[in-house]
Amino acid sequence: MGRITLDKVRKAFGEVEVIPPLDLTIDDGEFVVFVGPSGCGKSTLLRLIAGLEDITSGQIRIDREDATDVPPAKRGLAMVFQSYALYPHMSVRKNIAFPLKMAGMDPTEIDKRVNEAASVLNLAQYLDRRPGQLSGGQRQRVAIGRAIVREPKAFLFDEPLSNLDAALRVNMRLEISELHQTLKTTMIYVTHDQVEAMTMADKIVVLHAGRIEQVGSPLELYRTPRNRFVAGFIGSPKMNFVEGAEAAKYDAHSIGIRPEHVDMSRESGVWQGRVGVSEHLGSDTFSHVHVDGIGTINVRTSGEVDVRHGDTVWLTPTAANIHRFDKEGLAIR
Amino acid sequence: MATKHSRAAARLMISPAVLLLLGWMIVPLAMTLYFSFQRYNLLMPGMEEFTGFTNYRFFLTDPAFFAALLHTLQLVLGVLVITIVGGVLLALLLDQPFWGQGIVRILVIAPFFVMPTVSALVWKNMFLNPVNGLFAHIAKFFGLQPYDFLAQAPLASIIGIVSWQWLPFATLILLTALQSLDQEQLEAAEMDGAGPMSRFTYIMLPHLARAITVVILIQTIFLLSVFAEILVTTNGGPGTASTNLTYLIYVQSLLQFDVGGGSAGGVVAIILANIVAIFLMRMIGKNLES
Repeated sequence: MGRITLDKVRKAFGEVEVIPPLDLTIDDGEFVVFVGPSGCGKSTLLRLIAGLEDITSGQIRIDREDATDVPPAKRGLAMVFQSYALYPHMSVRKNIAFPLKMAGMDPTEIDKRVNEAASVLNLAQYLDRRPGQLSGGQRQRVAIGRAIVREPKAFLFDEPLSNLDAALRVNMRLEISELHQTLKTTMIYVTHDQVEAMTMADKIVVLHAGRIEQVGSPLELYRTPRNRFVAGFIGSPKMNFVEGAEAAKYDAHSIGIRPEHVDMSRESGVWQGRVGVSEHLGSDTFSHVHVDGIGTINVRTSGEVDVRHGDTVWLTPTAANIHRFDKEGLAIR
Repeated sequence: MATKHSRAAARLMISPAVLLLLGWMIVPLAMTLYFSFQRYNLLMPGMEEFTGFTNYRFFLTDPAFFAALLHTLQLVLGVLVITIVGGVLLALLLDQPFWGQGIVRILVIAPFFVMPTVSALVWKNMFLNPVNGLFAHIAKFFGLQPYDFLAQAPLASIIGIVSWQWLPFATLILLTALQSLDQEQLEAAEMDGAGPMSRFTYIMLPHLARAITVVILIQTIFLLSVFAEILVTTNGGPGTASTNLTYLIYVQSLLQFDVGGGSAGGVVAIILANIVAIFLMRMIGKNLES
């Protein structure tokens, strides 16, 4: 079991309130991603759940038991840190065995569990090396190994992939998702990368300045963002926003349209514009089109499209996919 | 130092400094060696003659030599144990955030800036003196007989004085080492269920190993040649109870005017210091490799 409930949790450092009172429920076996720009309090929230920081007021419950004042070691949670935080003077085997040794487990049982974890994570031939002799991806796996041997109620990941290069990141993303399918344990994952959030999460929690902006499945957030912040943050490339007269036509203070929901044509359309920079990725083409009175609109076209800098094109937003926002930035439904 | 050319230039430019240092070391060493084979007493000028190993035979068979050797080792080991245990504890304490941290850290380092003669005199006259010393006053306040430290336990007193001088050095090095420990490692250990004691033994102490090695090596070099503290407090006495090798050589050559015997003692001291150095590097040198 690993059901975590936050009830009016608030955190302040002195006078500065970093997390205003906040409610959240994380169900057993769920993969929850906290996502938001840097400094939004997502790491702090994770550390509150871990017990590494004291909460100022409110209550944290793990499996219905009050865990607010329980020390980190007794909460039954395991954490993977951004810097991996491996113990440099211990071999990989000792690193993974450390939590079990601290729990006073029988050495033969420790050996069995360490070997099991090592084979799951493809670390078997590295067990006698020091962390300093491993590559970034291997260190990451050792850190995960150290977490899984404890068989915790939930895993906490604090931006675990941000120190890896792009190719390795994609691999580790798959491995962690795979691990979640195998273990079926609750996982809470903090990241600033919305691609990681979209690809891995069962449920995404979008945070902004310590507040929860929206909670939902990746596609829910993509289809029906609750406000302009979520709309701009989820989706890559970013949503285009248009204000003023054009938005007023739709009875809104501003409208948003994703690059993939704009059609581009050379003959006719709603907005006429001039092509600026085009990014040709092969699978897609992203064209930045300057439209008079509206601004720059980013357009995604599938496949290879022959547009050049300075070409005149016509854009047509798909009416069904236009998001409307009021003055406060809330979505109008 | 990428090319052959720049390597040659580097050697050429570094050579004056190396030659100067080499000469600075070789000349006194050669003179000491030369004197150690001479019958050379300042009271009998002009009577110098070659005597072979006589000086060494006399120095090594002197009962004071073995006492001095033992005292040297006791002094070095005693001070090392006190400064490292005390240094680790103080460093742990000073690493905690508290009000007035900056001032307290400066105060802790202060003893290191007091020169050895001065600190030994302060200890002798203001703390350890059986009539006017602070400890004597405290003893009298409780109705106890004042303890004459320098007469009853001369070597232990000197170990105390020298430890007081070197404790700041150990604390400083260990504190900086402790501050370089990654906080996430401690947090990870906390999550892994390690209590404060386990965190100290399994995370902090291994992290401090290198710093402790540095402290041991540097302090050993200086502690083998402790002299001023002995000269101004006990004069090596009572008897030879607080004479170390350095002090014995001083007695030999400057109080008994036997330059030949003193030089022989100096050569013996060099050999012993090298033996200690080899043992130290064997035992703890591997900690310095990354």
